[in-house]
Amino acid sequence: MTQKAIKIDIDKDGIALLSIDVEGQSMNVINQAFISELEAHIKTIIGDDKIKGAVICSAKENGFLAGADLNMVLGNLAGRKDATPDEVFEASFTLNRLFRLLETCGKPFAIAINGLTLGGGFELAMSCHYRVVADNDNIKLGLPEVQIGLIPGAGGTQRLPRLMGIQLALPYLLQGKNMTPKQALSNNVIHEIAPADEVVEKAKAWILAGGKAEQPWDQKRFKIPGGQGVYDPNIVQTFMGAPAMTQKETKNNYPATVAILSAVYEGHQLPMDKAIEVESQYFTQQLMGDVAPNMIRTLFVNKNKADKLIRRPKDVPEAKTKKLGMLGAGLMGAGIAYVSAKAGIEVILLDREMKFAEKGKAYSQGIVEKGIKYGKVTQEEADQLMSLIKPTTDYADLEGCDLIIEAVLEDPKVKADVTKKAEEVIPESCIYGSNTSTLPISILAKSSRNEDKFIGIHFFSPVDKMPLVEIILGKKTSELALAKALDYARQIRKTPIVVNDSRGFYTSRCFMTYPLEASNMLSEGISPVLIENSGVYAGMAVGPFAVNDEVGIDLSHHISEATKAALGDKYHAEASHEVIAKLYDLGRYGKKNSKGFYEYPENDKKHIWKGLADYYPLADEQPSQEDVTRRLIYRQALEVVRCLEENVVTEPEDADIGAIFGWGFAPWTGGPISMIDTIGIDKFISECDELSKKHGDVFKVPEMLRKMQKDGQRFYS
Amino acid sequence: MTEAFIFDHVRSPRGRGKKDGSLHSVTPISLLTQILKAIKSRNEFEVTAVEEVITGCVTAVGEQGGDIGRFAAIMAGYSDHVPGLHVNRFCASGLVATNYAAASVMAGQKDLVIGSGVESMSRVPMGFDGGAWIFDPQVTNKIGTVMQGISADMIATKYGFSREQCDEYAILSQQRTKKSWDEKRFKNSIIPIKDHIGRTVLDHDEHMRPQTTMEDLAGLKPSFTDMGELGFDSVIMQKYPDIERVNHVHHAGNSSGIVDGAGAMLIGNKKTAKKYNLKPRARIVAFADVGVDPSIMLTGPGEAARKAIKKAGLTKQDIDIWEVNEAFASVVLRFCQEMDVPTSDVNVCGGAIAMGHPLGATGNMILGTALDELERTGGKYALTALCVGGGMATATIIERV
Repeated sequence: MTQKAIKIDIDKDGIALLSIDVEGQSMNVINQAFISELEAHIKTIIGDDKIKGAVICSAKENGFLAGADLNMVLGNLAGRKDATPDEVFEASFTLNRLFRLLETCGKPFAIAINGLTLGGGFELAMSCHYRVVADNDNIKLGLPEVQIGLIPGAGGTQRLPRLMGIQLALPYLLQGKNMTPKQALSNNVIHEIAPADEVVEKAKAWILAGGKAEQPWDQKRFKIPGGQGVYDPNIVQTFMGAPAMTQKETKNNYPATVAILSAVYEGHQLPMDKAIEVESQYFTQQLMGDVAPNMIRTLFVNKNKADKLIRRPKDVPEAKTKKLGMLGAGLMGAGIAYVSAKAGIEVILLDREMKFAEKGKAYSQGIVEKGIKYGKVTQEEADQLMSLIKPTTDYADLEGCDLIIEAVLEDPKVKADVTKKAEEVIPESCIYGSNTSTLPISILAKSSRNEDKFIGIHFFSPVDKMPLVEIILGKKTSELALAKALDYARQIRKTPIVVNDSRGFYTSRCFMTYPLEASNMLSEGISPVLIENSGVYAGMAVGPFAVNDEVGIDLSHHISEATKAALGDKYHAEASHEVIAKLYDLGRYGKKNSKGFYEYPENDKKHIWKGLADYYPLADEQPSQEDVTRRLIYRQALEVVRCLEENVVTEPEDADIGAIFGWGFAPWTGGPISMIDTIGIDKFISECDELSKKHGDVFKVPEMLRKMQKDGQRFYS
Repeated sequence: MTEAFIFDHVRSPRGRGKKDGSLHSVTPISLLTQILKAIKSRNEFEVTAVEEVITGCVTAVGEQGGDIGRFAAIMAGYSDHVPGLHVNRFCASGLVATNYAAASVMAGQKDLVIGSGVESMSRVPMGFDGGAWIFDPQVTNKIGTVMQGISADMIATKYGFSREQCDEYAILSQQRTKKSWDEKRFKNSIIPIKDHIGRTVLDHDEHMRPQTTMEDLAGLKPSFTDMGELGFDSVIMQKYPDIERVNHVHHAGNSSGIVDGAGAMLIGNKKTAKKYNLKPRARIVAFADVGVDPSIMLTGPGEAARKAIKKAGLTKQDIDIWEVNEAFASVVLRFCQEMDVPTSDVNVCGGAIAMGHPLGATGNMILGTALDELERTGGKYALTALCVGGGMATATIIERV
């Protein structure tokens, strides 16, 4: 039999070495070949008296085992609506059954881990009787399934709590956070840490020393550390507190979290054979639902494709940025300088006055100092990073830059002036990016000598935390410029989406509909608390009024004034503009002056400004939360569809990624487009038609959707 | 339908539900046994005529487990022939026990029954019996389980009761309770609890703090702020999206006290009254149980009261005495607001904020208080209601005869 995933070698001591080397994958993943070969090997080991035991290791340098092949999982999920729960259960129970076979096969299994071990990989490790991990703090061990709407489905919810205790294990299961080898050792999840080149030897040594082929939980007197069962007050408290703490975070939008809690709660009271069945039942539930498939598609599969620059023109040679000219050292410029220097790029940080430029550099200093304090950055790394940033007021320092990013005032005249000054120094080949969030790129490009080298590179604040970069193509932007911008995004480890020029581009334009619709509702006398909570409870990262306060009501006002001026007769007035104008006139600019939709008391949490009720008295009859949510969410989704229709964003994948990572659209939906597919285009259209009857043209259904409905199409197959 | 009458009511004093409480050394079965003995000695019926002892008890595990009423009856000398039944509807259990005792009489299936309740909170801690609604994630997630104090705070927030209003009500409870004791309003019903050699260990409600002032209460920290912050505020707010923030107003001083105690009521029909020369004191007119949102949990008394009033064919103007268990100040304030009854008319003898709330016994005790107060004032109808964990409530209407 040719091995496509796991090679087996039996040494002179009678130890079978199973080395994982999954064909066609840069990193080992669990796929069909892996599963069938592991099963075959286990059976060989059981049946061959000469074999004493087995050691599992990885033949790849890069990581150990990264879990299930999610492309395979997503492929399998496509037909799930036609499958019975029984069929889905049988398919998903395979791995659980296999790992259980491994730990009960009667021969000792040790695992020698030399790199990243996640999900099913970590679950395989826990089903082995002995676990040795290489002494390397960069090795991550964890069960991140929850982050894509799943639960660990190969015993993870059962073995991790049995190893480290329920209370300590729950955060790892519920948040999907990783542990280092040292943490794993102190949590009793692994047995030994050894130098990387000795892990296999140590694992073999354990077998030769008479390592037992029995898991603790299969022993009669086994007790879970930290307590077990519903008569134990610690366990009672844990299961009272954990669901509430979880719901505070998830707003009940992520069914996998409850499933994890239940799998642990029910499973830990059962013998392992029954426990893993319960786990697989809850796993099956997630697979049959909509949240997991949508999250896997957008947050994993498509995000990975974007990270690997699926939108990059193939023929342009790689063009890594070496020297970045950062024009403007304000909040955005300072953040961009930091992420660039962190990626090893030399940064010229230019501003009008030296004190501004210095302040911009100090921003990086602040971040690295924090990093040192928490042991995340070494002094050496910090020094290296800081040495790459040069604050200046002198355009001559831009000499030799291969990429410029401009982040000065949102004023076309100021921008044109800066462009001109920079272009006097920078080489002809230099690509010129603008971080504008509102001004059309094609218009800004006109002030450049090379419109084809001019491109939008739109960052989100705070730059070091927000994972997205929106790349905007002007009318004349070349493939060269696009490739350069994308290569740069990859260097600084941001996820890029590519959009076409339009007012507000893609993200700002769609995002704005969220606070605007909130203000529309406010003007109708709907409770601002109800509106705000409906946004948050629907899974949006921030409530619509809070986010408007963050953005700045003055800025919202200026944008709507500017839009009004630019569009003239085409300008579509909505009640929200009056609301924004009213707050602006009252001097309530948002968080910046501690007065906006919210009040910001010094010694207390912010709360909705009571005075809103004077201008927008509460209507006697209030809509349901569901109705408010629908307006907030559908309004955004419709704008996203309009952007697709107008070719502002060209791919549903980019639309979904941009929504979640750009403006905090509810991740559990997989993005607005995934959401429409899930609701069903028929239903979505009829609900929007209803909304449009009541609340006007902002809910008008784009022709594109009607055509898709007529043709029986979906966005994703 | 046969009419069911209350012939007698006996209750224990309420002891502080802690290790230093006077009743802590008395086992729950002994508490209930002494009450059942008193019922027996105060009335002249043949013990074998009692067809059932129904006992409300909330935390029915350990020494309160195993159908405690059956064995208390035997210990009290009711003979081997008296069966027992344990009922649990949390805080209304003691009232439900009397209701179901009355129901079996009304149905013509029993002639003489005892409805009772017992809870030694100092010996069997509240919550010790667990429950799916407390910690099974599937269930807690479905219903939005929070601590009752969080529910009470949400009631105060949603229906607009300030910390001051709740504290004022608590002071009222203390003052009314003191007055009731000064005037010996409970003397017909309370018997002293004795030790093994017959010495009295407690003859009065020892949880009361009649000297409490508004200033004293103002100094107490809200009890549920931290739990709320941990996640429970968020859980209940997700059910009430028009609430921005839970106002935590409840603390030990304006919530019911944790105490030990037991009570019982002798219930039967006219035929039995005649046979044993028992004097019917009140007729059990109607009772009702309701379910409401299990998360806010404690808003049921109003609905239960309306339902019972309707069943009785009465109007709220017919009710002379209102007893609504003082689980938390906001529960009573909300009842008054919802029913449009002034607080001056509700719990006129004081209540659980001052005297304590021995979970499984309270319903039985406050029905007895209502009965005593009807007799004292010459009123006709009394309504007793309790909010109940998990979003329920029970109400009973009696008529003095």
